[in-house]
Amino acid sequence: MADAERTRAERAVPGISLEETVHETHAGGPRSSLKREPVFELEGVSVAYDGNPAITDVSMEIYRNHITALIGPSGCGKSTLIRCFNRMNDLIPSARVDGRVIYHGQDIYADEIDPVEVRKRIGMVFQKPNPFPKSVYDNIAFGPRVLGMKGEMDAIVERALRGAALWDEVKDRLDSNAFGMSGGQQQRLCIARCLAVEPDVILMDEPCSALDPISTGKIEDLMMELKERYSIVIVTHNMQQAARVSDLTAFLIVKLDADEKHRQGRLVEYDETEKIFTNPSDSRTEDYVTGKVG
Amino acid sequence: MTPPPSDAVAATVRGQLATGRSSRGLEIGFKLSLLVCLAIAIITLAVLLADVFADGVGSLSLNFLTETPSRIIPENSGIGPALAGTLWLMLVCAAFIIPVGVATAVYLEEYASRDLWINRFIEVNIQNLAAVPSIVFGILGLAFLVRGLFDLGSVLLAGGLTLGLLVLPVIIVAGREAIRAVPPSIREGSLALGATKWQTIWKQVLPAALPGIATGVILSLSRAIGETAPLILVGAATFLTFVPSGPGDAITALPIVIFDWVSDPRPEYKALAAAAIIVLMVILLAMNSFAIWLRNRYEKKW
Repeated sequence: MADAERTRAERAVPGISLEETVHETHAGGPRSSLKREPVFELEGVSVAYDGNPAITDVSMEIYRNHITALIGPSGCGKSTLIRCFNRMNDLIPSARVDGRVIYHGQDIYADEIDPVEVRKRIGMVFQKPNPFPKSVYDNIAFGPRVLGMKGEMDAIVERALRGAALWDEVKDRLDSNAFGMSGGQQQRLCIARCLAVEPDVILMDEPCSALDPISTGKIEDLMMELKERYSIVIVTHNMQQAARVSDLTAFLIVKLDADEKHRQGRLVEYDETEKIFTNPSDSRTEDYVTGKVG
Repeated sequence: MTPPPSDAVAATVRGQLATGRSSRGLEIGFKLSLLVCLAIAIITLAVLLADVFADGVGSLSLNFLTETPSRIIPENSGIGPALAGTLWLMLVCAAFIIPVGVATAVYLEEYASRDLWINRFIEVNIQNLAAVPSIVFGILGLAFLVRGLFDLGSVLLAGGLTLGLLVLPVIIVAGREAIRAVPPSIREGSLALGATKWQTIWKQVLPAALPGIATGVILSLSRAIGETAPLILVGAATFLTFVPSGPGDAITALPIVIFDWVSDPRPEYKALAAAAIIVLMVILLAMNSFAIWLRNRYEKKW
């Protein structure tokens, strides 16, 4: 199934389970009538570390102003997949990425593409909040400064902090060290830092897994606001979270390959969240979301 | 309501939990022997310092610090040129090791791929360089800096660079430790925003590693300050009658002058040597204390 010349119908568009044959129409609920504009198109993306495959042959589309959740058991390659969107896998010398990641019609893994430019448009928030050892102000201002963004820095910082629902809490202590904040605040600071460079897409790799439930709730509310202006992809271990916030959900699994030697991550089903959680097409999806496995 | 444990049970448990007498003795014995070792080190140092202090304190004065030395009249002898020479040497040494050492550390930590054999080779040899006896660096300085390729003559610049080469491995290692201590999450956060690798190093990694690097610089300098053999080989004077003021001037240094005065049979010069030692120790202690204070103040808890 690693054929690169797959027809468009075979690529995962929400509503079609990959394991079904091309000719079968999708089962399940009605397609949403909202017009979806793709931001990313993945074609046959595979990632291997030192020859060991991590994810194999993932094809899917990410849509503008939607929140797409990637769920699945540990080791299925969700983090590896999300790091393909902004070429963060380039930082790992042993990682090799095959396939195409097409962003607004351009394959970002093409030879002439500069990963730095890619990352200016596609921001990332990490699992463990990683504020810089600087003041709150300098944390936010760092991105705009190195990118040479024009404009009044104070206004940029305020806008970013408001965008992350953090302004009221820190407006009186912009010069204080970022490490003095609570975990939830630090993560919102990291989101604000990401917003300050005005990205197009925000990637979130398990952003709430290190946080308490209240902070998690605040960040989930924030995500719902942010999707008005940004496209969001989120990796989460928390199925309830995926069900709460996402519009579309992709379910990945770990599969032993044919000769039983390597475990590979594969995309099983990608559909509207409501369908994934109430009436999934694939039995493996159903087993996972109902808690029978994983 | 459960009945309380009987006295017999309590006594048995107490017997099991209480420390055995033999193990307590062992604990105390071990602690005592550690204290004895500590005492040997401290007392030796204290006795040395006290002896030097007793011999030299009488000769210390402002005059002593500024006067030029005299072979004839010990009362008029001073360490002016030597003190200035030592400070100048430190300055030249620092001006050399900071950019070169930090740049090397950055290259080895951030850019060098461990897969390339040449990078592993460089790494191993930097450790080796730190073990080379200082007199060998003196010969190196004499051959290439004083004469040979650079032909600087026996001047401050040559002396400072020779000392710099001597302590370069120390600062490279300290710099690498400091850079390595910066967590990868900081670099990832910076790169994910669209910063280039160089921007990340210059604006995130190096500022965060700065206290560690500064501590390394100060420790390197405090090693360099006491080195005598390389300076003698490079041609530093033992007797200088003027205060050096530029990179092209002849040079002398405290350790050399101390060596010269200790060799003099006249007892007045022994006292002068002791006084010079006190000055050198004060400078050393001040530098090391500053390094420790810096390290404690900026120790980051990530």
